[in-house]
Amino acid sequence: MAAVTPPNDSGANQALGAGPHLGGPGVLRLRASRRRRDGLARGVFTAASLTTFLVTVLIIGTLVFDAWDFVRQITEADAGSGWKLGLTLVAAVLGAMFLAPALARMLGQGRFAAWAKRLAGMFTFLLVAIVGLSVFGGWTVLNRLGSELTAVGWYPRRGLFDMSTIIVGTFLVVIIAMIVAMPLGIGAAVYLSEYAKPRIRKFVKPIVEILAGIPSVVLAYFALAFLQPNLVVRFFDPHDKSASILAAGVAVGILTIPIIASVTEDALRAVPMSLREASFGLGAQRAQTTFRVVFPAGVSGIVAALILGISRAIGETMVVAIAAGAVGGALFHLDPLDTGQTMTAAMAALGFGSDQVAGADSAFQSLFFIGALLFLMTLGLNVLGDRLVRRVREVY
Amino acid sequence: MALTTIGSAGGSSARSITEGLTRRGIDARSKVVEGLLVASLTASLLILVVLVVDIVQRSWPVWTERPGDFLRDGLNSASTSSAGVFSAVRGTIILAVIVGVVAFPLGIACAVYLEEYATKSRFASWTRVNVRNLAGVPSIVYGLLGLGIFVKALNGLGEPANDLQGSGFFGLRWLGNLLNLLSGNSGRNIFAGGLALSALVLPIVVITASEALRAVPRSIREGALGVGATQWETVRHHVLPAAAPGILTGTVLSLARATGEAAPLLLVGAVTGTLITGDKSFVEQLSGPFTALPVAIFSYARQAGDDWRAVTGAAALVLLVLVLIMNGFAIALRNRYDRKW
Repeated sequence: MAAVTPPNDSGANQALGAGPHLGGPGVLRLRASRRRRDGLARGVFTAASLTTFLVTVLIIGTLVFDAWDFVRQITEADAGSGWKLGLTLVAAVLGAMFLAPALARMLGQGRFAAWAKRLAGMFTFLLVAIVGLSVFGGWTVLNRLGSELTAVGWYPRRGLFDMSTIIVGTFLVVIIAMIVAMPLGIGAAVYLSEYAKPRIRKFVKPIVEILAGIPSVVLAYFALAFLQPNLVVRFFDPHDKSASILAAGVAVGILTIPIIASVTEDALRAVPMSLREASFGLGAQRAQTTFRVVFPAGVSGIVAALILGISRAIGETMVVAIAAGAVGGALFHLDPLDTGQTMTAAMAALGFGSDQVAGADSAFQSLFFIGALLFLMTLGLNVLGDRLVRRVREVY
Repeated sequence: MALTTIGSAGGSSARSITEGLTRRGIDARSKVVEGLLVASLTASLLILVVLVVDIVQRSWPVWTERPGDFLRDGLNSASTSSAGVFSAVRGTIILAVIVGVVAFPLGIACAVYLEEYATKSRFASWTRVNVRNLAGVPSIVYGLLGLGIFVKALNGLGEPANDLQGSGFFGLRWLGNLLNLLSGNSGRNIFAGGLALSALVLPIVVITASEALRAVPRSIREGALGVGATQWETVRHHVLPAAAPGILTGTVLSLARATGEAAPLLLVGAVTGTLITGDKSFVEQLSGPFTALPVAIFSYARQAGDDWRAVTGAAALVLLVLVLIMNGFAIALRNRYDRKW
């Protein structure tokens, strides 16, 4: 009915009602006003999407300018380190361009080889970068800036900038989070997609979505008040009873369960019913059908779910800032039972409080340097995950 | 494909198939697998229950001893007996209003442009890629955006404000006042926080609104255009009303996301120590230091001791209830209006 009604404009109605004068000047004037309104709307919508585009430009601009300032300060303080950093990066890019295809050619055929080939460039880049930085002592490029401290760690307010400390902290949290979230998330998704009756699904799905909506500060509090005493202190023997990377990692894992579950479930449901029916028709049991037919068919979606989950875990801030315990900074260590700091938590620690750093201080600019690094890492992971999700959709 | 995978499993598989077909064997492995899967789902749901029970239990002393005071007192990280959530809840509500005013119209308009006007242009496909990438950027990076751009920009508004005030030019006095308001607390005010949160939820609004618009069938647009409606009239009278429930769901979900977010606000300069607003006027409070509920939880969580844990738990419960109501509303709305065309 609505589709037949002419535009909700009394003038237009009158003009239509006028009948014989359709071609008259009145209608022309109305048409002009309608056209003007149409043009205005188009302009407004275009401006809105330009503004949205601008947000990205602003983010990248902010990050690049201040991060570059930080790198310049560091390299000026330590002469020659700029060369080391530059050489390492060039070597990493060259390695990814020439070494990776050569390595990939050595791999045979098959599903895993295909995967390895796709990821070879990225892995080679990371590998060469890490080896290069270690050999050149590149980590210390970002390590000390006029500090009398000799320890390796992240204490920006005292001029101690060791990136490896917070990067390793991030990896620890991500690994713990994935150990928690991977089985639970994928398991829940497989159950909901392959086993659950529609009635159960309809009831459980909203609850998983509610789990996705829990604010990270609330989970941070849960980690601090519940997980730390009831899980970490009870089963392990930490030096610091009040906080640990482990508790924070488990909480981050809980946060990523819904993402992994929902992306995996979408991927499994995208597998056509005919594959399952063929499998059942040959007499396969449900578990066989699930793990030998549906799982291989939806594997890129599941990998995408893991990648997106990792990306979320890397970017999670409040849980680590509250539950991992290190406020001012952290020394380099690999112990998940100790307090520690991740890239995001380091940024939060720099950013708040009465002694909030500001201005052209290198501690302030390190904020933007970590931010740029974080942006690049999550961007890479998200693009990869996004591409995999699309692949599933295109295949079926 | 199914054939080869089952065939490669060999004899044991053939036997199990025979047993399955003749119903002689009990499908034990499937049962075990199903049990494991149910366990993982139950564990995920159990976490939610434990979380809620734990928070309620821990915050119980606060709710029994001084529920009214807790809701009326300002942010105070110095003493548990006068710590409350009033200034934090008020900050969160104002932030939500700013997000609603800035991000929702912008996001919905952007989605309309992408889906209705420029479906195939290069700019549109760039923007689409962009929006998808923005949605995955960690929230704290938006804090850097707030700190690097919004705080500086708002702070910069202070000087023209002084000029306008000084000139005493009557017609522009209100503009000077407005600029003064926006540049208060050297830019580290609630407007900078609200803009940072708006940038954070903008991609979510665009993506959900785009999905809602895409779900509206072509025939509705063609019908409207066919009887002579302009594109704007088609969008305004036919497409937007049809997509309204989906768009509303997306906006409510993103509002919930903005409500629970603390990291960008910390970087923009939300107060984490003590913020008691006292008898300041509303306008003075707007341009002064600000805080929000998640930031208050962060400040309380950093204090040690069981009393503080109770206060933190109580604040967390308030936030949880707020966010869960919003999410529940959005999910219910979507399930109710989930129509297939």
